[in-house]
Amino acid sequence: MPPARIPGRRFVTIILFIEQVLNGIQFGVMLFLMAAGLTLVFGVMGLINLAHGSLYMVGAFAAAAVATATGSFLLAIAAALAAAAAAGAIVEIVVIRRLYARDHLDQVLATFALILIFSEGVRWIFGSFPLYLDIPAYLSGPVSLPGGIEYPRYRLALIGVGLSIAAGLFWLISRTRLGVRIRAGESDREMIAALGVDISRLYTVVFALGAALAGLAGALVGAIQSVQVGMGEPVLILAFVVIVIGGIGSIKGALIGSILVGLTDTLGGVLLPEVFRLFMDNSAASSTGAALASMLIYILMAVVLVWRPQGLFGGTA
Amino acid sequence: MRMKSLIAAACMAVAGVGAASAEGKVKVGMITTLSGGGAGLGIDVRDGFLLAAKMAGNDDLEIVVEDDQRKPDIAVQLADKMIQSEKVDVLTGIIWSNLAMAVVPAATAQGKFYLSPNAGPSALAGKGCHANYYNVAWQNDNLHEAAGGYANSAGFENSFILAPNYPAGQDALTGYKRIYDGALAGEVFTKLGQKDYASEIAQIRASDADSIFFFLPGGMGISFLKQYADSGLDIPVVGPAFSFDQGILQAVGDAALGVKNTSQWNKDIDNPANKAFVEAFQAEYGRLPSLYASQGFDTANLLLSAMDKADIGDAEAFRAALREADFDSTRGDFEFAANNHPVQDIYVREVIKEGDVYTNKIIGVALEDHSNVYVDECEM
Repeated sequence: MPPARIPGRRFVTIILFIEQVLNGIQFGVMLFLMAAGLTLVFGVMGLINLAHGSLYMVGAFAAAAVATATGSFLLAIAAALAAAAAAGAIVEIVVIRRLYARDHLDQVLATFALILIFSEGVRWIFGSFPLYLDIPAYLSGPVSLPGGIEYPRYRLALIGVGLSIAAGLFWLISRTRLGVRIRAGESDREMIAALGVDISRLYTVVFALGAALAGLAGALVGAIQSVQVGMGEPVLILAFVVIVIGGIGSIKGALIGSILVGLTDTLGGVLLPEVFRLFMDNSAASSTGAALASMLIYILMAVVLVWRPQGLFGGTA
Repeated sequence: MRMKSLIAAACMAVAGVGAASAEGKVKVGMITTLSGGGAGLGIDVRDGFLLAAKMAGNDDLEIVVEDDQRKPDIAVQLADKMIQSEKVDVLTGIIWSNLAMAVVPAATAQGKFYLSPNAGPSALAGKGCHANYYNVAWQNDNLHEAAGGYANSAGFENSFILAPNYPAGQDALTGYKRIYDGALAGEVFTKLGQKDYASEIAQIRASDADSIFFFLPGGMGISFLKQYADSGLDIPVVGPAFSFDQGILQAVGDAALGVKNTSQWNKDIDNPANKAFVEAFQAEYGRLPSLYASQGFDTANLLLSAMDKADIGDAEAFRAALREADFDSTRGDFEFAANNHPVQDIYVREVIKEGDVYTNKIIGVALEDHSNVYVDECEM
């Protein structure tokens, strides 16, 4: 007997929809942590850093190692921040510094080489098998939200952490001396160097800050996903999509772009198969819908590029 | 330990260069995934294979190991190099079906033998079968069919099923539905490589499923199980062994405890060959073997058994010797169906914790003497 068709019950209820919106936002704010560093580095230094995903991986592995050794999730997060920032600073001083004056192709080649070095290096240290990193007991399990929605506590915490970091970054960029220098560096490197700002130290600090954010994202996301070699590259691609949509160099653009990508990806993946189910049989609808949903964010990017080639919040190129 | 085996493999790779195949000697080219995200599987297959070779101590067996990086183009290059300049007689080692499809038809067409320690795509089991192609692991559908068999015996009537949207994922759902008799509460294809399943878990919550079947190999399965455990849902989960092998269980942790999965092998199958394998593997590499390691081990022993009976120069005799499958499999009974794919029992395992180590124990047989549905399409 072939399995019966799915009964004509509707999957997409209001509760499910709200839950998926939360999922989309949660995905978006984690993407933001990646995209923020990438867009800062690109905006301030004009550098395309493909190795940003490796810093995400470094954060996750550092967190997993420390969590296993100490059992403390907070220490693990601190370790992720420290390890990724340190790795970022070292990479900036040893390799990246030599690339600012070169063209983008050289930067892409060199940072691609860094991906390979990081991946094999991490595999040498930690082995080929995925590591264990779990969410702490006080953040596990679901919470009941108003309206009868059951939502994982940890994902709510991720949304909270992501949004507070976004707020912190806005404050840093717009209200502090470091922020003034970063903004000045974006508009005219030579001038602020001439004004006596130690530009190479500023670059190292910005790069380490971006790396720390990537490492934090790696650790936070690694706890609900898997900590393994190569985990950073898929996220890196999405982060590039985000900064292209949001506008290169714009933190605000990175935030809006991340949430747009998160929502498009999550809701597209749920709703498109449902739409196809209206006129196709179930298996075909699932696979066609899933295939189209995975293209949605790139379609979104193409549309934004046609409409505003400099991105939503990018300066006029 | 890991370093030692790497060095051993490297030495063999170096030693292999330039040697010509002599009377009675068999040169094996192993192309497998030793770097990148999927490296754990290839390393286990290689270690299992090399362990069997070491235990047999047969000087006529020579092994060259190369890393395909999970890339079809590199696998094809390596196969060409091994066939043309290293003159191997037998190829083996490929983990992924897309790489197997790129390498196997060309290799068998050139008269080489291919023994698959893992990938078993349907195209090579049906119309594309070949007298020189032997699969020692399973046909790709087998473990999913077994999960369907388990669902029937457990009385599941409304399954929510999910797999990545690529050929092996589509085969997985087809395999499950082929045996499973109940209705479907939902059928979802996820993105290949997807790591966040919040949206699928929300759909499961909104459905009235009484069971979940999933095929999400490697890191995808780790992510799904952790997120599922955290969702507070309590619907029984079943899947093929690929998300529950020894290599990744430690990364899933408590989230996997009690989950049922289907496998043709487990370390507690009670026969002397398996006992010896599990002990020797632990002694050699300092970790528990996975099903992939058992497949590598069985593949080497199949080859060794054929070498005892026939000379590889006489292809007809060597084929007959392979077809007999006269070796002590770690799985116990093992024979080939007409299309050179295994006929074997497939078990249901449950994830347990032994001391600090997460592992599996067998709790029943899902399908006995299970073959595959492609036998009739194969004309050799």
